[in-house]
Amino acid sequence: MDQVLVQTLHGLVNGMVLAMVASGLTLIFGIMDIVNFAHGDLLMLGAFVGASVLGVTGNYWLALLAASIAIAALGAILQITTLRPLIGRDPLTTILATFGLSLVMQKYALWQWGPSVRRISEPVPGDFTLFHIQYPWYRIATAVLAGLILAGLWLFLKYGKYGIWIRATTQDRVMAQAMGIPVPLVYTAVFAIGSAMAAASGVLFGPFAGVTQTMGFDFTLRAFIVVVVGGMGNLGGSILASIFVSLLESYAAIVVSPAQAVIVSFVVLVLTMLFRPTGLFVPTPK
Amino acid sequence: MLVLEQVDAHYGKSHVLHGVSIEVRAGEVVGLLGRNGVGKTTTLKAIMGMARRSAGRITFEGRDLQGVPPHGLAGLGIAWVPEERRIFRLLTVLENLRTGLDRSGITPPRREALLEKVYAYFPILRERRNQPGGTLSGGEQQMLAIARAMMLEPKIILLDEPTEGLMPRMVAQIQEIVHALHRDGVAILLVEQNVPLTLDAAERVYIMEKGAVRHHASSAELRADQRIIHEYLGV
Amino acid sequence: MSATPAARPRPLAVEYWIGFAVVVVLLVVAPLVLPPFWQRFATEILIWGLLAMSSDILIGYTGMVSFGHSAFFGLGMYGAAAALLTVKPPSLGLAALYGLVAAGVAAVFVAYFATRLREIYFSISTLVFSQIFYVIIFTWTEVTGGENGLTFSQPRLALLGLWSDRFTPTTFHWFVLTVVVISYLLVRRITQSPFGKVLQSIRENEPRTRAIGYPVERYKMVAVMLSGLFAGLAGVLYAIQNKFAAPDFVFFVVSGEVVIFNVMGGMGTLVGPFAGAAFFLLLREGLSRFLTEYYLIPLGIIFIIMIIFLPQGLLGFLRRRLNA
Repeated sequence: MDQVLVQTLHGLVNGMVLAMVASGLTLIFGIMDIVNFAHGDLLMLGAFVGASVLGVTGNYWLALLAASIAIAALGAILQITTLRPLIGRDPLTTILATFGLSLVMQKYALWQWGPSVRRISEPVPGDFTLFHIQYPWYRIATAVLAGLILAGLWLFLKYGKYGIWIRATTQDRVMAQAMGIPVPLVYTAVFAIGSAMAAASGVLFGPFAGVTQTMGFDFTLRAFIVVVVGGMGNLGGSILASIFVSLLESYAAIVVSPAQAVIVSFVVLVLTMLFRPTGLFVPTPK
Repeated sequence: MLVLEQVDAHYGKSHVLHGVSIEVRAGEVVGLLGRNGVGKTTTLKAIMGMARRSAGRITFEGRDLQGVPPHGLAGLGIAWVPEERRIFRLLTVLENLRTGLDRSGITPPRREALLEKVYAYFPILRERRNQPGGTLSGGEQQMLAIARAMMLEPKIILLDEPTEGLMPRMVAQIQEIVHALHRDGVAILLVEQNVPLTLDAAERVYIMEKGAVRHHASSAELRADQRIIHEYLGV
Repeated sequence: MSATPAARPRPLAVEYWIGFAVVVVLLVVAPLVLPPFWQRFATEILIWGLLAMSSDILIGYTGMVSFGHSAFFGLGMYGAAAALLTVKPPSLGLAALYGLVAAGVAAVFVAYFATRLREIYFSISTLVFSQIFYVIIFTWTEVTGGENGLTFSQPRLALLGLWSDRFTPTTFHWFVLTVVVISYLLVRRITQSPFGKVLQSIRENEPRTRAIGYPVERYKMVAVMLSGLFAGLAGVLYAIQNKFAAPDFVFFVVSGEVVIFNVMGGMGTLVGPFAGAAFFLLLREGLSRFLTEYYLIPLGIIFIIMIIFLPQGLLGFLRRRLNA
């Protein structure tokens, strides 16, 4: 019983972090039809930058902010140099290009930070007690923080002027342009926002398992799964799907090893693609 | 103000416009008539930079539109109301309007005034302002599309078949709007198949056939001599 | 291409086959003149090229991007390993058989899903499948050796029980070359056949092909199976060459590299993947001498630049001529 409780908390917390990653991915896909293979690696670089800034300043919040801004800038530069030339071409090319970026980014991280695992120390120490179990405070804090950031994103998209620009461009790029919305800039901004969220997730996740060059791939894979299950381009769907899939995986980890628990997500993905390809949490189109 | 000189345009491999020359002066309402598929919408798309122009020039207030990016046209004063209306279905009515209203350099009082003006023309939009655009009826969407264009305070509106599929009552309302815009000094390039409305609203009319302009006359002349309309539009 | 829009590209001339023959002759001579390291290198290029060519059937001809070829390759490898470890004396034929069957079964599995999913969903699911296989192979230590993989001895080259001899690197190279050339000719025959033409039509315009009346799903399934079998064959050859099977080769990065070979070399040409493999592996060899493991940084950048500025790949210019 205790284990179920612990795994539930794990599932919820991991789900929130994954939701942050997936929301960036789904926004990017929804607006510019780009499947960003390098999304997890943006997270990885964010974690490294965060670890470095934390090492220098000792301030977790500064590290979180610095990482988000730095990787947002990186994302913007990558979009402008590598992805903008590919607009309008076969979607395969963007998958390949982002795959290439992923390889380069991983090796760059290896070069810059070396092979040893970096640590990001917990921003909030101590455990709290729930019934019989102890659960680290910082993980709860992470989930809350992720929730706040996601809420902020939602509010921005719903009410801000630029949020309207983003939503309009996502729905009808041509008409948005006709209304004077600078679509190329919106694309770059969305990519930057997605990158920033990935980077922030990386710093939030840092204390969980340490920072390594290959930590990104797992997130990319899971984020893909969640984006498809939640409905591509559907922000609310991907958040729900993140929590759903993470909970399933956590419960599965009670029975099998964590490495194998990931198969549960794969199965969910395959079932979704076969029977509800528009997404589990999306009403079936009429 | 808006001048098309000998414009040729292509859609993929098909050559759809041949030497089209059209002019709209400031404050004028000009009609573009023709049967389905003669290239009227393509002409508007060529102005909006959406069809590949292979020959000719399009200038607006003397400035060649060739190098202007698609999102720069609104800033120059050109607004487009497409044939399919293209409302942002998931955005509310107000948010649709805001895509044109949220411009740089517009002060809050001006925003309020513009919004009020448009609500005065289209009271139904005020009523439905927080509803998603997709829930509006066809006629309401047409009004929203025109209102959205008005948010840009344009010098010219490219109006593509605004009365298509509308009930007569709505058609009359559109006619009203066109007159009101004209009174406000906004130029309009009106593409239509509804001949009486066009002859009433426009001062001059171009008639197109097979991707080229075949005839050009004032509405008065065309009203007087019904044969020309009959010849090109079979009406 | 040509001045008059109505003219079709000239069918493949003698020049191509002469060039082809020259390359084959060079490859035959290679092990006799090259030092051992490069000899092995040449053999490896052939094997990776075969793997990439199998992927080209899907990417270049049917228009389906698969990130799952590492699974087929890996299963070919482990299948061969199973035969070589369980059946004594180790038999070449059995190794090939087990490997092809294993890869074939996986291909059936993927083929079933391939037909249901379009484009991006297909690609993501192939990625997911290859990872499922990876996880299974990695964690099922009792059977697959887990992280450490399996080692075994090389079988002898046996011809119908008439004569058998151990492989030398040179004879093994010739063996691989023979297998690869036969595979290439076979696949080329298939892609130029009516079946192949339908595949290409699916790539160019699937809805239209379907509307004309072709059972697109069935064609796709056959394409995936063909692709999987040849990928498995490459895995068998690799296992025999190196005498081990390891989970690293089932990790999706291998699939990614295969796609890179395709893009760099030229999709839809069948020979392009070989050129792409050679190009990539040579660059990797060269760059890693100066940059050790960081060779991927410049290599990755070159890849990205090629996607943007040379999307048809090195041999892409041959595509229309080869498929006239």
